Amino acid sequence: MKMTDTEPVYRVGVDVGGTFTDLVSLDDATGEVRIAKVPSTPDNQAYGVLAALEAGGSALEEISLIVHGTTTTTNAVLERTFSRTGLVTTRGFRDVLELGRRTRPAPYGMKGRFVPIIPRDLRLEVTERIDAAGEVVVPLDDDSVRAAADRLHAAGCEAVVVHFIHSYANPVHEQRAAEILRETWPGDHVTMGHALLSESREFERGVTAAVNASVQPLLQRYITRLTRELGQRGYSGEFLVMNGNGGMVPLELVPREAAKTVMSGPASGVIAAARTGARAGVRHLISYDMGGTSTDVALIRDAEPAFSSETEVEYGLPIHVPMVDVRTVGAGGGSIARVNAAGLLEVGPESAGAVPGPVCYGRGGTRPTIADANLLLGRLDAERLTSVSDGSVPGLVAKVFEDEIGRPLGGLDPAAAAAAVIRLANTRMAGAIRMVSVSLGADPRDFVLFAFGGAGPLHACSLARELAVPEVMVPALPGMTNALGCVMADLRHDFVNTLNRPLDQVDEAELHAVFADQVRRGDALLDRSRVAISRRDRVFGVEMQFIGQSHLLRVPLDTPTPDRALLRRRFEEVYWERFRIELPEIGARLVAVATSVIGVRSEPDLSRLIDPEARAARLEDALTGSRPVFFDASGPRWITTPVYRRDLLPAAFSIKGPAVIEQLDATTLIEPGDLARGEANGNIRIRIGEAGP
Amino acid sequence: MRLDPVDLSVIQAGLQQVCDEMDLCFSRAAFSPVIAEANDRSDGLYAAGDGALIAQGAGGLPVFVGTMQYSTRVLIDMIRDGSVAGPRPGDVYIVNDPYLGGTHLMDVRFARPFYRSGRLWCWLSNTGHWPDIGGAVPGGFSASATEVEQEGLRLPPVKLFKEGELDREILSIITSNIRVPDQRIGDIKAQTAALTVGEERLNLLLDRYGDDTVSAAIAELRHRAADQMRACIREIPEGTWSSVAWVDSDGVENRPLAIRLSVTRSTDELHFDFSGSSPPCAGPMNSVLATTLSSVYLAMRHIFPEAPLSAGAFEPLHVIRPVGTFLDASYPRPVSGCAAEVSQRIAEAVFAALVDALPHRVTAAPAGTSGNFALGGHDPAADRGYVMYQLSGGGYGGNSETDGLSNGCSTIGISKAPPVEIMEQNFPVLYRQYALHEGSGGPGLHRGGFGLDYEVELRRGEATASFVMDHGRFGPQGARGGGDGAPNRVTITSDGRQWTPEHLSKAQDIPLVAGDRVRVRTPGGGGFGNPLDRDPELVLEDVRLGRYTFDEARTMFGVVIDLGAMRVDTPATARERNRAGTR
Repeated sequence: MKMTDTEPVYRVGVDVGGTFTDLVSLDDATGEVRIAKVPSTPDNQAYGVLAALEAGGSALEEISLIVHGTTTTTNAVLERTFSRTGLVTTRGFRDVLELGRRTRPAPYGMKGRFVPIIPRDLRLEVTERIDAAGEVVVPLDDDSVRAAADRLHAAGCEAVVVHFIHSYANPVHEQRAAEILRETWPGDHVTMGHALLSESREFERGVTAAVNASVQPLLQRYITRLTRELGQRGYSGEFLVMNGNGGMVPLELVPREAAKTVMSGPASGVIAAARTGARAGVRHLISYDMGGTSTDVALIRDAEPAFSSETEVEYGLPIHVPMVDVRTVGAGGGSIARVNAAGLLEVGPESAGAVPGPVCYGRGGTRPTIADANLLLGRLDAERLTSVSDGSVPGLVAKVFEDEIGRPLGGLDPAAAAAAVIRLANTRMAGAIRMVSVSLGADPRDFVLFAFGGAGPLHACSLARELAVPEVMVPALPGMTNALGCVMADLRHDFVNTLNRPLDQVDEAELHAVFADQVRRGDALLDRSRVAISRRDRVFGVEMQFIGQSHLLRVPLDTPTPDRALLRRRFEEVYWERFRIELPEIGARLVAVATSVIGVRSEPDLSRLIDPEARAARLEDALTGSRPVFFDASGPRWITTPVYRRDLLPAAFSIKGPAVIEQLDATTLIEPGDLARGEANGNIRIRIGEAGP
Repeated sequence: MRLDPVDLSVIQAGLQQVCDEMDLCFSRAAFSPVIAEANDRSDGLYAAGDGALIAQGAGGLPVFVGTMQYSTRVLIDMIRDGSVAGPRPGDVYIVNDPYLGGTHLMDVRFARPFYRSGRLWCWLSNTGHWPDIGGAVPGGFSASATEVEQEGLRLPPVKLFKEGELDREILSIITSNIRVPDQRIGDIKAQTAALTVGEERLNLLLDRYGDDTVSAAIAELRHRAADQMRACIREIPEGTWSSVAWVDSDGVENRPLAIRLSVTRSTDELHFDFSGSSPPCAGPMNSVLATTLSSVYLAMRHIFPEAPLSAGAFEPLHVIRPVGTFLDASYPRPVSGCAAEVSQRIAEAVFAALVDALPHRVTAAPAGTSGNFALGGHDPAADRGYVMYQLSGGGYGGNSETDGLSNGCSTIGISKAPPVEIMEQNFPVLYRQYALHEGSGGPGLHRGGFGLDYEVELRRGEATASFVMDHGRFGPQGARGGGDGAPNRVTITSDGRQWTPEHLSKAQDIPLVAGDRVRVRTPGGGGFGNPLDRDPELVLEDVRLGRYTFDEARTMFGVVIDLGAMRVDTPATARERNRAGTR
């Protein structure tokens, strides 16, 4: 290892996205910020990461901590590029992973495809059975496990899952079988079903374990390669990986719980939204991340993102570990518009994707998209796009809108057609956002819309109007939010235990012991970490329901030693809040006990995300010109609209809409009547309707 | 009134949103697992004048797509002729009478008048499947009922809420006549809360766009929906297309019931003629008219999923009332099997009739049974009675592009099956297996999906088993040269012997003691296209994965496999296929 005089001061977040690998580097002492954006390298993400570190301009010796958000596992799941994996399971149950829960992909249409994660010939049965009470009905036959191991080795399996019925009630057989399998497989390559998720429901637990095992070798190889490269280049700081729960995990835990890294990219964006909002004193947010192909939405209440333990990554692919509850609600900039057989306008779900992309990218796209509509309406800068193509693009876009949208709708001109597309897309997105918030028991009017991603700040004011949300917040670096989330994330460990008992039969001492044990396990993990933390937070909650129900309601608690009366009261409060229903005549059930142990890190300084020295002193100096932009909030019309450069805006400013604010990777649109203000951490806060007519 | 074309799409999305939020509230707050987990419920908006469907939640149970507008229309008619008291703001009517636009008694409908400026503007209505409604057997699926009175409590439209106040007297009549009544108050509150959510959201929509604009949009959307369905219908070649589908038996008299359908396309409309189908039956496999109509609509929507859920979409579909058949039953014919089973045979008849007309749209027949197995008994360890339901899926039909899905849910449902672990937590049973029904997929160029093969053992005490299933006599039909899927099979092991119920797929109150077992093999889907044209490598793959045996590969697909080398014996396959092709 190379010795240096420099004290490492930077903490670095690196997020690998589909197109770009983003890096945000913060100097904890001075608040200095460095950012980098380099193309992702899908074949081996490590090259993109190393390139980003180089482009970030900090020597590796100066870095104390790298937090990495990787899509290695997400991509493996979505593209099914799994390691060859075998399943060892209870006799009579090898088809659980293939049968699923007897559903179909959509309510209508009797077609669909489903491919089980592990093929049938690699799913082997062994002799054992435990019942729902955890009693052994048929003892485990060690020899049948050895025979299965031999067959799976012969078949070339790199990883193996042990998944037994009712293992959450009694894991003894899974533990013994894993012990046998570990005689011949590397320890981390053996996943026990109960270890990730100690809850009933054999399909969901089995799929979660199967995903874990199937991505585990890939993730381990990737991490090993990357850390070796970093080591060879002289890096000796800490290296952590983002999880789907929005926390970061030390390296040695990552491969064992590989499934937890799935969907970690969107989760880190939500973490950045929560922290950025909280720093500005805004604790209730709807995070709204609109990119090229999709839009992700999450709810943040009291500065905490909502979590879900029931994520379904795609049809028939549940991953039941706690994750930030990010919902994909469809449309992105590339979503295609069309007029259907009944003469009605539709937008999406079909997307032009990155290739050929929207017409305006000039890469051969021929179908009208949301991005094209934004261009026609002056919301996106035509000149910036034409600079990368041959200049014929705006005319082509207009013709496509006239032919495919305007004429079938009864003779709308291209701009009117584009306005119709934007309006419908916004209505649909607003409806989807409402469904997300309503399903979590929240009224969107109580929230601020936190807009990021390339297209988020462009649509946010319209959506806010549609949803009656009073304010929009656009962070300093809308296109780098996930990387920023890596920098801001805490160490986080989640624990869930099933209790499943009527409330009046809950033994308070036993409940308190479960909480205490969860805290102890979390503390032990934090103790092992080298990352400096400023304090330890513990978040307690229970999952409850009325006896006879199947859905659960999460009830937050502020104590790990609640008595039964408190649990009943808190449950009734939360239930009333959600449904406006009181049911004094029905008993409650306590289903699960959950604790999150969080090692909170010192808050980074955000004031220099936009370089203060480069900012102009006066607002006029940030003005780069004006162009006609089409608005329809207060009657459809073209308005000559001033255009500002984001990085030149003074730290404090106030702009009455309409206005366009442009920066490297995002454009913010302020509608007529809205009032935008700059604030210390570089955010733009837009009050809807505040500037008056 | 001139409507902006974009307003139209926006209002359409807004109306849909109102219904989706009602669906969500109902499922999340419900107690009945059939509603909460299986989504056996639906919420919608219906026209004030004729009950026509304005919009319905996208996640509603398909079989309710057509029934709710009929039940609303019947309510409106009964209010007009004075047989039911007129509406007041805050009222909620309750009704479950199958003959008044319903399905079976367990499907309880609520309807709430919606007012704007003191005028009745539309109806909000929802249906939820209650886990019990009284009657001879817990759960309501009596396989041997011969009168509707044996099936449970029948409610005409009455006001359960009067101007916002719950009528405790009606409630006590209901709770005195059903099993597990203590949780029903929770379902009633959930079902009512969904209507309240709908009322709030619809008011917001009307405030935003104006009552007149929304009214005009609703009328226009109805026209557009009809246009869209007409455009779909024009894909079908002109002519008449026929089919027959069979119900095993009615559960009382052991002979099959025929559904004979001919579908005629003339210009851009379809006429569905069920004449020639079997007469009304003694047992509970009768269908009421609303369910028969709804089954046709849901089948058409499976074929054309892009058609909107609106009364307009039904306008070009004309079902000739099948008077004198078991598809148009009247009081007191028992009907508990109509929503779950007969409806699926009707849909199968529609698929089978149209698959040759629309080979790229329609699949071969799916398993088409809800697989209802009920076990009622007393658990001596817990000292309590219980009723367990196991619903199960089956294989879907092959289609022009792909093989059928395995273990898909019923044609008329969208529900998840309960996990084995949850069943074993709640009931004194042990599942000996929960596996793929090997060999069950019907052979074809694209084979059918596979059914389920499970076996349950009673661990303690005594119990009785009942079954309401179908496709035990004939498997789901293949299409365009494909073979049928394997039929449903029920095998009971008791007293040391194995046997099958007389009616194959239907039986009631079979006594079981600890150690006895019930094995159910659900149907595979029908195959699509000639199985002799299937790529032999795909057949080999299925044999390698144990889905078909060596013999099945040869007899069903004409593919001979060299088991030692695990590869296709190409010359032998050519000979086999040649021989089979000339037979």
